[in-house]
Amino acid sequence: MSNRQLFIAFWTLLVKEVRRFTRIWAQTLLPPAITMTLYFIIFGNLIGARIGAMDGFDYMQFIVPGLIMMSVITNSYSNVVSSFYSTKFQRHIEELLVSPTPNWIILAGYIFGGSVRGLLVGLIVTTLSLFFTDLHIHNIWIITSIVFLTAILFSLGGFINAIFANSFDHISIIPTFVLTPLTYLGGVFYSITLLPEFWQGVSQLNPILYMVNTFRYGILGVSDINIGMAYAIIIGVIVVLFSYSMHLLNTGKGIRQ
Amino acid sequence: MTTALSIKDLRKVYANGFEALKGISFEVQEGDFFALLGPNGAGKSTTLGIVSSLVNKTSGQVEVFGYNLDNQADRAKCELGVVPQEFNFNMFEKVEDILITQAGFYGIPAAEAKKRSDFYLRKLGLWDKREEPSRSLSGGMKRRLMIARALIHEPRLLILDEPTAGVDIELRRSMWEFLQELNASGTTIILTTHYLEEAESLCRHIGIIDGGVIVKNSSMRDLLQQLNTETFILDINRSLTECPVLEGYAVSIQGDNTLRVDVAKSQGMNGLFSQLSEQGIEVTSMRNKSNRLEELFVSLVDKTLDAKQQGSDKDE
Repeated sequence: MSNRQLFIAFWTLLVKEVRRFTRIWAQTLLPPAITMTLYFIIFGNLIGARIGAMDGFDYMQFIVPGLIMMSVITNSYSNVVSSFYSTKFQRHIEELLVSPTPNWIILAGYIFGGSVRGLLVGLIVTTLSLFFTDLHIHNIWIITSIVFLTAILFSLGGFINAIFANSFDHISIIPTFVLTPLTYLGGVFYSITLLPEFWQGVSQLNPILYMVNTFRYGILGVSDINIGMAYAIIIGVIVVLFSYSMHLLNTGKGIRQ
Repeated sequence: MTTALSIKDLRKVYANGFEALKGISFEVQEGDFFALLGPNGAGKSTTLGIVSSLVNKTSGQVEVFGYNLDNQADRAKCELGVVPQEFNFNMFEKVEDILITQAGFYGIPAAEAKKRSDFYLRKLGLWDKREEPSRSLSGGMKRRLMIARALIHEPRLLILDEPTAGVDIELRRSMWEFLQELNASGTTIILTTHYLEEAESLCRHIGIIDGGVIVKNSSMRDLLQQLNTETFILDINRSLTECPVLEGYAVSIQGDNTLRVDVAKSQGMNGLFSQLSEQGIEVTSMRNKSNRLEELFVSLVDKTLDAKQQGSDKDE
């Protein structure tokens, strides 16, 4: 296929993905808006006022970056895992497999589709947060790059989960038992400096901590971790997950007999 | 003549150890209408699955119009359209979107995709349903949608896996006409079917696969010439208590007012009718006992089964 044809195939898949989650907006875009508004009201306004300052900022300002990243992470992941698994389950993955669309375009289409949903939900949550607090921008480049890399990383995670899933149970196990605990323990609601030294060390094994803190640094200018190391870890994980996803697609794992 | 599909020593062993294909080889020439027949589990769908890139082969070679599926997959796939046995499109998408999206996967620009989509939606009687979600279509319409989708990139080779399964007679006939028209315009067609009448009516060449091996691969004419006798059922004007003796013909009473007659290929039918007339028996209607191809198919598949049983007897 020529470069133009490759782009058409990629764009077609991306549009199909975006059309899917916008068609079911009441399941994909509305719930995170409501959930995050509740977080802002309860943790930010009601409880936050009694907690006081965190890393020199009031609690609402502290949790907003974490909650935005939490939305990006969960929505990027869940978009790809549910979309690709449904494609497998209903067998319309065959539409792609019989076509000349190369595997890397298939992967890119799903990853960018998931990222667009993650970023769109992130934008919705950011807009809602403005009703509760003022957002200051410390470094716009860090904000945009880290949110984009995070969306890509978790879209890849969702893709791998979908490849291995054989039932709808399998696509909810990882988000429920791995992703949610890691997100909650990834510094969304607290600074890890509050933890005993041992648990600070354990927390640094959690990759979500690096994303949340880097994003928070982009907004507030404060972080519990080294920003350079955070980028290195995130880009390294993306390279590993992308390579593994390509290997799975090339061998036909879960999609070809 | 160009070879549309070339399969050499194709072998497939599934993860559970089942050997679905045992090194089959055959070719389909450009412009042909080819039937791939076989009982359930014979290896038809596995063969077509490998050609369509939906099943990984264990070994062997597949070429579509000279493009090897191993190292020129994108070129081979552009020459190939596939209509699977089961519905495999997104039931929530609109009919038109399914076609335009599929065109996009072949790198066809949106304007051209829309033009082609309009053409095939009209051609296959789906124009009025173009804005409907595909789940709202009837079974026959869903099949036609899959044919339109397979043709959207205008392939030179079209593969149909049981395209008329579960389709009513009227629709089946209209699909036959459409496929014949398509074949006449130059598209090579390969189909699998359990309706042997369909294969006999449409196809010029036939391959019969059983137990993962090709047991017959010849032209339809050559195959049908192998039939030595043909059996006819005659409806007659009265009930007989004794079977009439008709010289040169094997006759038996099939039921009330019905006779069964075996006619050798070398024999004419005039002798049969004149002898019946002499005995005061009037024939009101006549039909083949079964489809001619069906008789051959059953005998070929039975032979394979017998050979297998003898083999297993020896093993014991």
